[in-house]
Amino acid sequence: MTLYDDQTIQMLESKANLLRRHIIKMTFAAQSGHPGGSLSYADIVTALFFKVMRHRPSEPNWEDRDKFVLSKGHAAPVYYAALAESGYFPVEDLLSLRKLGSHLQGHPCRKKTPGVEMSTGSLGQGLSVANGMALAAKLDRRMTRIFCLMGDGELQEGQNWEAAMLSSHYKLDNITAFVDRNKMQIDGPTEQIMSLEPLVDKWKAFGWNVLEINGHDMRQILDACDAAVHVTGKPTMIIAHTIKGKGVSFMEGAIAFHGKAPNADEYRIALKELGESI
Amino acid sequence: MKWVYTSQRKEYANALVEIGMARTDVVVLDADLSSSTRTGEFAKKFPERFFNVGIAEQNLMGTSAGLAVSGKIVFASTFAVFATGRCWDQIRQSIAYPNINVKIVATHAGITVGGDGASHQALEDIGLMSILPNMCVIVPSDGIEAYKAVKAVVDHPGPCYVRLGRADVPMVTTMDSPFTIGKATVLREGTDVTLVGCGQMVAVCMDAAEELKKAGISAEVINMSTIKPLDVNTLVRSAKKTGCVVTAEEHSVRSGLGSTVACALSESYPVPLRRVGTPDCFGESGESSLLMSRYGLTAEHIIASAEEVIKRKRT
Repeated sequence: MTLYDDQTIQMLESKANLLRRHIIKMTFAAQSGHPGGSLSYADIVTALFFKVMRHRPSEPNWEDRDKFVLSKGHAAPVYYAALAESGYFPVEDLLSLRKLGSHLQGHPCRKKTPGVEMSTGSLGQGLSVANGMALAAKLDRRMTRIFCLMGDGELQEGQNWEAAMLSSHYKLDNITAFVDRNKMQIDGPTEQIMSLEPLVDKWKAFGWNVLEINGHDMRQILDACDAAVHVTGKPTMIIAHTIKGKGVSFMEGAIAFHGKAPNADEYRIALKELGESI
Repeated sequence: MKWVYTSQRKEYANALVEIGMARTDVVVLDADLSSSTRTGEFAKKFPERFFNVGIAEQNLMGTSAGLAVSGKIVFASTFAVFATGRCWDQIRQSIAYPNINVKIVATHAGITVGGDGASHQALEDIGLMSILPNMCVIVPSDGIEAYKAVKAVVDHPGPCYVRLGRADVPMVTTMDSPFTIGKATVLREGTDVTLVGCGQMVAVCMDAAEELKKAGISAEVINMSTIKPLDVNTLVRSAKKTGCVVTAEEHSVRSGLGSTVACALSESYPVPLRRVGTPDCFGESGESSLLMSRYGLTAEHIIASAEEVIKRKRT
């Protein structure tokens, strides 16, 4: 049962498409960066920034805002695109990604970029930070929800499981975490490199409320976020089944585009596929 | 010298409890060592503001970071060897890089951990923390200074590392002694050689100075309780006066007080210098005072080094 009308869903889908175009333009301009894992998170990031999260781009330090931690920091392009489109900084800044002097570092930096809550990049550290934010929110009796976006490959870092224990031990039901289950990491498929399955059972065993969704279905994303709010005493993990490179045919499922920018031809085709002619 | 001994850990707990009473934005985290680090005293008074993360130092630092970016002033404690080594990347990425208010107060530093042996003897922690941009590194000389340092870091913006020992240490300062982060204090004036110490080696420097006096040598003793930022002015002023320097620390000479002082002086005012500290090796199990002798951390070692640098000065 969904609360969202078709118009809202279409608005969000079109916004997600806009973020995808930004990702292509940014990584093309930088000639480096991580398009694959940014594209796979585009729908979820869109849902959070443009529907789910309570935040005020004109007042980035609003005390009751929801918090966003990008644990897989290499998906910075989709984060920056969402921040810019939300109004935290001018959209034109996006093309300065990774350039000397730019506030848009290769991986998120809270000291440089307006709206970035936490510096990340060294994998496996975001959930611990989210835990600290969630404890602080509880101490201050705020309604703040903490959204932590993790990659699947980064779950191989042991710190995640230290953090997973803490979230459930302290009953941090104000955390909604996501795993971008695109099943790929740099060296190959996750299940070949270091298997993660059974992933749902793992999170359940650590005391989490676990949901599984199609991470490219806007309605499923929104419904899962709503469901998480109604769970008390447990943090919620949303395992989002996604496709790496989603939205650009030759990037979909292609490990090559984990950390590689498109060339001029690829750039043109990618934008065309995303509905923009240049 | 006849010393009165004080516990740095006890004073840490005293300071923490006072801070807890004065400020509601201070929280304390520990990784299953709260009875040893004495953060348990804070936990008893303010259970809602104390979080035990279990035996998980990486998560200790990450959780601390999350609390700090949410406006809390966070004290994170465990043994020095774990607080700096086990989670160095978490400190680098999630605390030092974002430059946030996590105060790492580590206990059981140095060789005097004793019986636990090399696995638990932090001899690299000053170096590991000093190399990080934004990190302030404080090594209090005694219990009183531990108390003052803990109080001071609350108002010092950004990440701090405070290094405390396990054993009771000689009281070289008084409640009236000045303590400012980044300021060294001259504990004893002298003209022939400067002895620069940190932690409990300040007391050993004072003992050495007393012995040197008997041999007609006037030694100046500097309590360098902040390693970073280093008080270069006090150091250079003293080096100009005495013309030679000996450093003393319960830490590897490769990356601690000695190397920091050596770098500063070689750039600002080069003088003959020797570093007393543990050599490039791991420690071992043993009784604390025997370990201090075995690893070159006694007044005799400082005296021999002082005589050597004085000789070099004259030739």
